[in-house]
Amino acid sequence: MAQPTSLNINVRRRLGDTELDVQFQSDGGLTAFFGRSGSGKTSLVNLLAGLDTPDSGIIEVGGVCLYSSENAINIPPDKRRLGYVFQDSRLFPHMSVAGNLKYGMRFAAAHDQQQDFGEIVELLGLSALLARQPASLSGGEKQRVAIGRALLASPRLLLMDEPMASVDAGRKSEIVAFIENLRDQLDIPIVYVSHDLEEVIRLADTMVILDNGRTMASGDVETIMSRLDLRPLTGRYEAGAVIAAEVVRHDEEFSLTELTFAGNSLWVPRLDLAVGAALRVRIRARDVSLSRSRPEDTSILNIFEGKIVEITEDDGPQQEVLLDIGAPLIARITKKSLKQLSLQNGDTVYTMVKAAAIDRHSLGLGGTRQRRRMLGK
Amino acid sequence: MFALSPLEIEAIQLSLRVAGFAVLACLPLGLLTAWVLARHEFFGKSVLNGIVHLPLVVPPVVIGYLLLVTFGRNGAIGRWLWETFEISIAFSWKGAAVAAGVMAFPLMVRAIRLSFEGVDKGLEDAARTLGAPGWWVFLTITLPLILPGVLTGVILAFARSLGEFGATITFVSNIPGETRTLPLALYSLTQVPDGESGAMRLVVIAVALALIALVASEALSRRIAKRMGG
Repeated sequence: MAQPTSLNINVRRRLGDTELDVQFQSDGGLTAFFGRSGSGKTSLVNLLAGLDTPDSGIIEVGGVCLYSSENAINIPPDKRRLGYVFQDSRLFPHMSVAGNLKYGMRFAAAHDQQQDFGEIVELLGLSALLARQPASLSGGEKQRVAIGRALLASPRLLLMDEPMASVDAGRKSEIVAFIENLRDQLDIPIVYVSHDLEEVIRLADTMVILDNGRTMASGDVETIMSRLDLRPLTGRYEAGAVIAAEVVRHDEEFSLTELTFAGNSLWVPRLDLAVGAALRVRIRARDVSLSRSRPEDTSILNIFEGKIVEITEDDGPQQEVLLDIGAPLIARITKKSLKQLSLQNGDTVYTMVKAAAIDRHSLGLGGTRQRRRMLGK
Repeated sequence: MFALSPLEIEAIQLSLRVAGFAVLACLPLGLLTAWVLARHEFFGKSVLNGIVHLPLVVPPVVIGYLLLVTFGRNGAIGRWLWETFEISIAFSWKGAAVAAGVMAFPLMVRAIRLSFEGVDKGLEDAARTLGAPGWWVFLTITLPLILPGVLTGVILAFARSLGEFGATITFVSNIPGETRTLPLALYSLTQVPDGESGAMRLVVIAVALALIALVASEALSRRIAKRMGG
């Protein structure tokens, strides 16, 4: 039996010169569609929402079939119950913020699960905006109203198409925090479209990489980010492993926080999180260095013993090395070092990570699945 | 100082009634036609578009004559109307309203079509994803958004109907108290000796009516724009 929040997508759609051909499964939480612009992310979301129709395939959300070419099923967009937050907000200009928020509520009245107006207004901090007209709102405010409007239609899935696209850089973290709140407080699965890896790592449980209309990979974020073959798509400079960790303690004297993952401890600059909090840390490959022997007298706080799993063979002066330190870790080193240390697959090495290299941009509060794991659910 | 004579009052009332009914009758059909032309691609669309615009490009007398041969007592539709419902619109103010409506129709359709094309389809899509069926989206999103265009169309059509002359006089003739609207009364006065001063008074009245309509529409569209939040 399908999970109430699962996604099963397998669609084909010809769009001009490119053919969209996407298939993946996700078992809920926040699923991110990641890819360059033009990779077919928005087209895919439109197919899910029913604003466009696939040439063939199947779309199932929480076990409910929304489209099936085989069974001639194609539920119209107004019957799909998928909340859609568009890149450009699309607030109705002739209605107040309150009017916009309430638009979908009359149609949700018959649904078994309904969102409460006051609760959503509170969650998104909209109470001061209710009487305003959309034209007078800032980009971030518009997006918050759009999110509230979609939620109040009591959807079975929330689709968010690059909701940060029209938000000032300074306001982005505020919206990310709202989305984190949604993900953690409401039991609605979210599909989140982005070309920003930081956002995806911070928010997503599952990620689907799209390129040129095709699914290149799908799976949980930690696994996808540790795959060296996907680096051309995830961005070389930003490449790095993502590790699920937990806060152990704070060291007030030196302003540090100790995290634990897979039996290792990782020191990072002081975090404003409670002990026991789950989080996700991205360790960039360029911040990881290797040594044959255990380094001594070093300023590096984080030293892990591990095995080499894979070494890339690129043309450039640098190579990436995938290591197993209980969790996957990626190091980027020069070809020269690789040769001097004569590193081979299976070798045991010591990896070093500077605590200072881990800034708040490399952190995400743990996704839904990680928290479920921790709570033993 | 500018007291209106009974004849002038009669002509004004008749003109307003004819133009009012012409616009009212045009509006639903105009909305439908504009919507079809703005939102649909189909075989024969350019033919429909041509027919709609015909009254703009052929002499009004041609339209009046065509109306006479179709809606006259012996015309194809006119005879059927008379034999089944005992209705005849020829040589009555209703006929004048039909003539005015036909002549004003393309102006109304053009204005409404433009505003249909100006509506962001994305807003309608957004409303659909919120659970609204198509007709509800049309009533609550599309219609309010095209309101300024509809208003422009209505005012244009009303002004055009007030001034209708050629098709009216050909179709329903120039009968005092029945089909003698302002332009026809003005024309009649220019045909008699000593009619100049009476004609000039009607000119002033016609200009005043047109100005009032324009100012009223201006004020209305400002109010709509304000409600939309600029």
